Amino acid sequence: MPEARSLNGAEAAREALFESMERDPDVFMMGEGIADHGNFFGTTNGLMEKFGSERMLEMPVAENAMTGIAIGAAMMGQRPVMSLQRVEFVLLALEQIFDNAAKIHYATNGRHKAPIVIRLVVGRGWGQGPHHAQSLESVFAHFPGLKVIMPALARDSKGMLIAAIEDDSPVICIEHRWIHFAKGPVPEGHYVEPLDGPRVRREGSDVTIVATSYAVLEALATAEALDKVGISAEVIDLRVLRPLNLDLVKKSVAKTGRLVTIDTGWITCGMGSEIVATVAQECFSELKAPPQRLGLADYPTPSSRSLVTDYYPTPEALIDCVGEMVGAKSEQMEAARADMAEHRGGLPHDVPNPTFQGPF
Amino acid sequence: MEKHVTQINDETRLGLYREMLRIRLVEEAIADRYGEQEMRCPVHLSDGQEGIAVGACMALRKEDKIVSTHRSHGHYLAKQGSLKAMLCEIYGRAPGCVGGRGGSMHLLDDEVGVLACLPIVGTSVPLGVGVAYAAKRKGEDTVVTVFLGDAVMEEGVFHESANFAALHSLPVVFVCENNDLSFYTSLEVRQPDRPMTDIAKAHTLAVCELDGNDAVTVYEAMNGAVKKARGGGGPSFLMCNTRRWREHCGPRYDYELGQMTEQEFEALRADCPMAKLGAQLREAGLLDDAGEDALRAELGKEIEEAFEFARNAPFPELETAGDHVYA
Ligand SMILES: Cc1ncc(C[n+]2csc(CCOP(=O)(O)OP(=O)(O)O)c2C)c(N)n1
Repeated sequence: MPEARSLNGAEAAREALFESMERDPDVFMMGEGIADHGNFFGTTNGLMEKFGSERMLEMPVAENAMTGIAIGAAMMGQRPVMSLQRVEFVLLALEQIFDNAAKIHYATNGRHKAPIVIRLVVGRGWGQGPHHAQSLESVFAHFPGLKVIMPALARDSKGMLIAAIEDDSPVICIEHRWIHFAKGPVPEGHYVEPLDGPRVRREGSDVTIVATSYAVLEALATAEALDKVGISAEVIDLRVLRPLNLDLVKKSVAKTGRLVTIDTGWITCGMGSEIVATVAQECFSELKAPPQRLGLADYPTPSSRSLVTDYYPTPEALIDCVGEMVGAKSEQMEAARADMAEHRGGLPHDVPNPTFQGPF
Repeated sequence: MEKHVTQINDETRLGLYREMLRIRLVEEAIADRYGEQEMRCPVHLSDGQEGIAVGACMALRKEDKIVSTHRSHGHYLAKQGSLKAMLCEIYGRAPGCVGGRGGSMHLLDDEVGVLACLPIVGTSVPLGVGVAYAAKRKGEDTVVTVFLGDAVMEEGVFHESANFAALHSLPVVFVCENNDLSFYTSLEVRQPDRPMTDIAKAHTLAVCELDGNDAVTVYEAMNGAVKKARGGGGPSFLMCNTRRWREHCGPRYDYELGQMTEQEFEALRADCPMAKLGAQLREAGLLDDAGEDALRAELGKEIEEAFEFARNAPFPELETAGDHVYA
């Protein structure tokens, strides 16, 4: 594989789009404001200059029709990459996604296919509020026929997006806004990170933490803090939410006997529920403690910063959860919390990194 | 649509000016202080578009209702929504109009008929029509104004809602603020070259296209539409042409982003709804420098106090974050 440089998730996604458009003339992007100065959160820089407005198709503000148009074009062999700045904007198009994108291959007895990619961004900036911060992956993951992916590492932001564009099935690619900022090694040129299932990002022996997207990055940092107090956590990046392949998770639980899931959405009917159910069914005798699920508090996302201090699954909540499962002493948990606090370096809870200026 | 020649009196004209100035000063104050990073939510400012908010709301009664969009500060203030509650909401404080749950994109003041301002494009349009349907069923004579941007005309829900409003002759006025832009994308990239009023006409709405930067014209047209709606004559559609001055979301002027040159921006800003009416008032001897200064001082004081109030207001208690999930 070619050499890797350090890029952030947004730059990595941009390279995926660039490589895919350059390789395949059938690939085109569509969306609202996809090439203005914001460059879709830094994921489309230079694409308009390189590929022109026909392949950087600026669409009317009409998501339902847009989605159907993408599916129709895909039926004819085009590979549209529809991109919307928030998950919520595609809620207007669920009928097209669930009835046509997800079923066109099946319901035509395999005659048609809809190789579309729908990129959706989960907002978590300042005060996004009830309509601009939802993480609804489990809604999409309910439907057979859709593939649903959530990259966490920059390498995946590129490789999985390329894989999604080359995939013959419809893929919903959910990009948490805060993974756009996170840097990591990204190979040059064209490469694919297969949409085949989870990856172990950190090995451990006491507990298995299964997380998606931004929660993976936080889980990895928290695992370091736990390690220093003698608790060894294995961190699994779920990556592909449908089709859900839990072989690796089951293997890990067989080793650790303990499972914690972290959703970036709500817990009820979330991905964690599905994972815990499968583990309970298939690894019951290996469990040393009841599995635990973390996720958003069970109400819509409020805007005020004072109302979201513990809305998101915090590293502290993860430390408490794991500590209790393994029967850690309170000094151990205190030390891990203190270590996490030091790692955060006094950053406010609503800021992902020191350069963040808000609001998006 | 029938032309209504209302004899607009001097008091109303001065009122329009005052309300525009108030909105302008509030938006400018928000922009000035946004960099302090204490207003931790997106803000979609409306300076340059005040003529529509003010002209439309001046023709409404207190009991009349409005619904609006992400760019709602002007509508909310023109309908006399509480300034303190709005600023508290933007600052994320407990006395905010929805207790800090929504931020700038979720304003509300039902005391004065500001029912819902919501950020998903088109989402508040059918709500407004439903409110009008309820008024009709209950035999009330309230009128509902649905503020919408030009991009809403592209969403199916506008057509579904207009169809129903026309079918049931509901007391609705659709006020479309055509500022040419959705984010930074111009109308010509999003719609074919045809008047948006033709779309509304096809739904049998009474239509009228006007200069949204002329508050008096908006007021007069709105008076006609409101009278018609209140009298059971059904819905109207006013297309008000205007321009926004600032970036789609945030405190900077559009030219500062390189979206246009400073000269282009100045040309655009020369068509200022406030300056336009101000000049007329001066010509008619209704306003002079002293009057303007007094007005600015009075409004400036109110605004400064409201900011002080908001900045010193308590944050909502974390324990209340889960309240009101169910009624
Ligand atoms: C359904 C949906 N699609 C896209 C968006 C993103 N969005 C927010 S405001 C906006 C532009 C809307 O333009 P317009 O309605 O003309 O209002 P303006 O911003 O010009 O006041 C868009 C596309 C959204 N909020 N909801």
